[in-house]
Amino acid sequence: MAKKTIMLGNEAIARGAYEAGVKLSSAYPGTPSTEISEYLAKYDEVYTEWAPNEKVATEVAIGASFSGVRSLACMKHVGLNVASDPLYTFAYTGVNGGAVIVVADDPGLASSQNEQDTRMVARSAHVPVLEPSDSQEAKDFMKIAYEISEEYDTPVILRTTTKLAHSQSAVELCDRVEVDDKEYSRNVAKYVMMPASAIGRHVVVEDRENRLASDAYSLSVNRIEKGDNKIGFITSGIAYQYVKEVCPNASVLKLGLVNPLSKKLIEEFCSSVETVYVFEELEPVIEEQVRAWGINVIGKEAFTRQGEYSANLLKRVLYGSDDAVFDKTAVPNRPPILCPGCPHRSVYSVLNKLKIHASGDIGCYTLGAVPPLGVVDTCVCMGASISALHGMEKGKGKDYIKNWVAVIGDSTFLHTGVNSLINLVYNKSTATVMILDNRTTGMTGHQDHAATGKTLKGEETYAIDLAELCRAIGVPNVIEVNAFDTKELERIVKESTQSDVLTVIITKAPCVLLKGQKFPNVCKANFEACKKCGMCLKIGCPAITKNSDGTIKIDQTMCNGCGLCKSYCKFNAIETVVR
Amino acid sequence: MTKNIMIVGVGGQGTLLTSRIIGKVALEGGYDVKISEVHGMAQRGGSVVTFVRYGEKVSEPVVEEGQADVIIAFERLEALRYAHFLKKDGVLIVNDCRIDPMTVVIGAMEYPEGILEELKNKHTLYSIDGQKIALELGNSKVLNSVVLGFAAPYIGFGKDAWLSVVEATVPPKTIEINKKAFAYGYEAER
Repeated sequence: MAKKTIMLGNEAIARGAYEAGVKLSSAYPGTPSTEISEYLAKYDEVYTEWAPNEKVATEVAIGASFSGVRSLACMKHVGLNVASDPLYTFAYTGVNGGAVIVVADDPGLASSQNEQDTRMVARSAHVPVLEPSDSQEAKDFMKIAYEISEEYDTPVILRTTTKLAHSQSAVELCDRVEVDDKEYSRNVAKYVMMPASAIGRHVVVEDRENRLASDAYSLSVNRIEKGDNKIGFITSGIAYQYVKEVCPNASVLKLGLVNPLSKKLIEEFCSSVETVYVFEELEPVIEEQVRAWGINVIGKEAFTRQGEYSANLLKRVLYGSDDAVFDKTAVPNRPPILCPGCPHRSVYSVLNKLKIHASGDIGCYTLGAVPPLGVVDTCVCMGASISALHGMEKGKGKDYIKNWVAVIGDSTFLHTGVNSLINLVYNKSTATVMILDNRTTGMTGHQDHAATGKTLKGEETYAIDLAELCRAIGVPNVIEVNAFDTKELERIVKESTQSDVLTVIITKAPCVLLKGQKFPNVCKANFEACKKCGMCLKIGCPAITKNSDGTIKIDQTMCNGCGLCKSYCKFNAIETVVR
Repeated sequence: MTKNIMIVGVGGQGTLLTSRIIGKVALEGGYDVKISEVHGMAQRGGSVVTFVRYGEKVSEPVVEEGQADVIIAFERLEALRYAHFLKKDGVLIVNDCRIDPMTVVIGAMEYPEGILEELKNKHTLYSIDGQKIALELGNSKVLNSVVLGFAAPYIGFGKDAWLSVVEATVPPKTIEINKKAFAYGYEAER
C-alpha cells in the first residue's frame, strides 16, 4: 500500500513535481507560494533555484522546456504580472519538455497588495489552468498538468489559493517516474516568435484551446457528483470543500480544469438540476462564460467577489443564517508589526525624527506605514518605491522631494528595484534611495537571494555587492552605514536629502530572525530613572510597554537586545544586561 | 462527527507547531485530518489563528464561527477576539498572559480589563499561567507544551499518545523538557 502522510498544500505541489520527473524549478519567493521551492530543494534529483524575479524564473523554465526537460516556475499572483511578458508568448511557442507555472492567489489578502484572480490572466493568455482542492489533488494535478502540457503542447498553470497552499491534509506518496529528455530540434516557426512565425502560432493556440475545451468533457479532473436534483453547484478549488461541508447531498460539478471550460459538460450538468449556483472565489470567471452560453445560474449576485469564501457564507445565502451562537466582541486590533530588534525600526526612527516621507515598497518594511513610526507613505508593487519617487521629482520639481526618500529591501532591490535606479541615473535624479539591507528576503520567511552568497540548495556562491552594483550603474554617491548607528544615519539622511546629488544609502544590519544574529544582551528598564517621557515608546517596539504608573517595562523574553530604545532614552533609564 | 480545534495567539508564540502536534495526534488516532495555517505577514507579531479539524472525512480546512469544540488561546486578548467561534458547549483554554498590541502601546486603544471573568460568564473556561510554569521548569520556550498539555484532556486521545508525538516533533535537544512541560500542564489543577 502507498504510504500516506499529512502534507501542506505547497509541500504536496513540490512532491507532485518530484514524482512527475521535473528536472528544473526556478522561482522568486512570495506568500503563499514560497514553500513549494523550499520543499522541492530537498530532492537531489531536481535542480532548484531562486531567481531575482518571476520574469526571470519563467524564462529559465521556458529554456529548460525548450531543451527538452520537464520544468517548473513558482510565484504568487502578483508575480505573474512580472512574468506575464514571457507567459503570453510561451503560450504561442508551446513546450518541448512539459512546463508548469504554479501561481498562488491570495483571496483575503493574508500577505499581498491586491486580490487579483489568476484565471483572468490565464484566459487572456490562452493558458490552461488546473485548480486542486486539497493536498492530494495538489500532488495529483501537478502530474496531470505535465501530461496536459506535453499532450497539448502548452504551458499549464496550476492555480492555488492561500487556504490550499497553507492547509495540511492527507497525501498518498508515489515514486518518482523519470521522464526521458526530449530531443531538441531547431524549429524557427515554433520557437522564434517574430511576426511571420507568431502569425502561424496564433492559429495553433486557438486550435489547441478548442481541442482541450472539447476534451475537457471527459478529463478525469472534472467530475459530476450526482446528488439532489433540486440544487446544484459548479465549483472548484477550496470553494468545493465549503460546498461539501454545507450541502453534502447536493449535485456538484467539480471542475479541476478551470480554463478552458467544457461547454457540453456544463450544459449537461445544468440541465440535470433545477437551480445551479456557481461558487467561485474572487472573479466570476466560470459564471460569465456559463451565462454567455445562455444558461441561467446564480453567482455573484449572491456571493461576493471579495475575500475568502467560507461554509458560513454559503449557509447565510442558502438558509439565511450561519452557525454562530455568540456575538463578536469588539477588541483592540493587533496588526502585524516589526519584530523586536528589527533594523528597519532603527532606520524608520531616524526618518520619523526628521519628518521624512518614504516612498515604500514590498516587504516587512511596508509595516513602517503604521503608527507610531508612520513614515511610509506609499506601497504599490515590487520596485515602485524608487521609480515613484522619481515621478514625484520630475512632476513637482526637485525641491518637492527634499523631505522624501525611497525605501526598498535588498531582495526587492534585486527583484525590480535596480532597473528603476538605472532610470534615476539616466534621467538626472537628485533623489535619496535607501536600500534596507538585512541580508535576506524577510517577509516570506528568510530566503536567500543574489546578494547573500548562498543558493536555494544551500551552496556557497558569489554574492553581489550592492554598493558596487549601484556605483557600476553610475550612482554618483553611494554610502554604506550600520542601520543601528542612528546618529550617523541621521547625519547622512539630512545631508543627502538636502543635496542635489543622487544618493543611495545602504543601511546594513541582518534580520534579527536570521540564525546566529541575536544580540548578546537584553535591555532592562530602570523604574527609578524613568521620567515617563515616552520617547522609547515612539519607536514602536512590542517588547516595551507601560506600567500602570506610566513608567515603562521591557519584556525580556521578547527583547532581542538591539539597544535602539536605549539610544533614545535621555535619562539613562534603560540599560543593557547580559542575557 | 468532525472535531474542531482552534489555536489563537500572537505571531511568534508558536501556534503553528502546536496545531501540527494536535494534527499528528489525531492522524495517528486514525482520523482524516486537515490543518490550516498562517504564513507571511501576519506572523510578524499580528493576531494569528490556526485550525485543526479531524473526523471520518473532513472537507473544509478551517473552523468557522459557532463551530469550535476547543479553542486554545495563548493570550487573553486573543481569547476574547475569537471566543465567538465556540460552539454553545465549547471549551476555552487560556494561557493567562497579556501582550499589548501596538494599538494599546501607543494609547490609541485600551487593553480590556477582566477578560477572563467576562469570558467565564459565557463559556466553560480553564486558564493557566504557562509562562510562569515554563520559567520554573527552566525554559520559557516550553510554554507551548505546558499549555498544550493543559488543553489535551479536553481533546482526548490519552496522555501517552500526546507524549509520543511531542517527542517526535520538538527539536531533539528539548525532548525531555518539553515532555516534562506537557506532563505538568496535563496534570495541572483546573
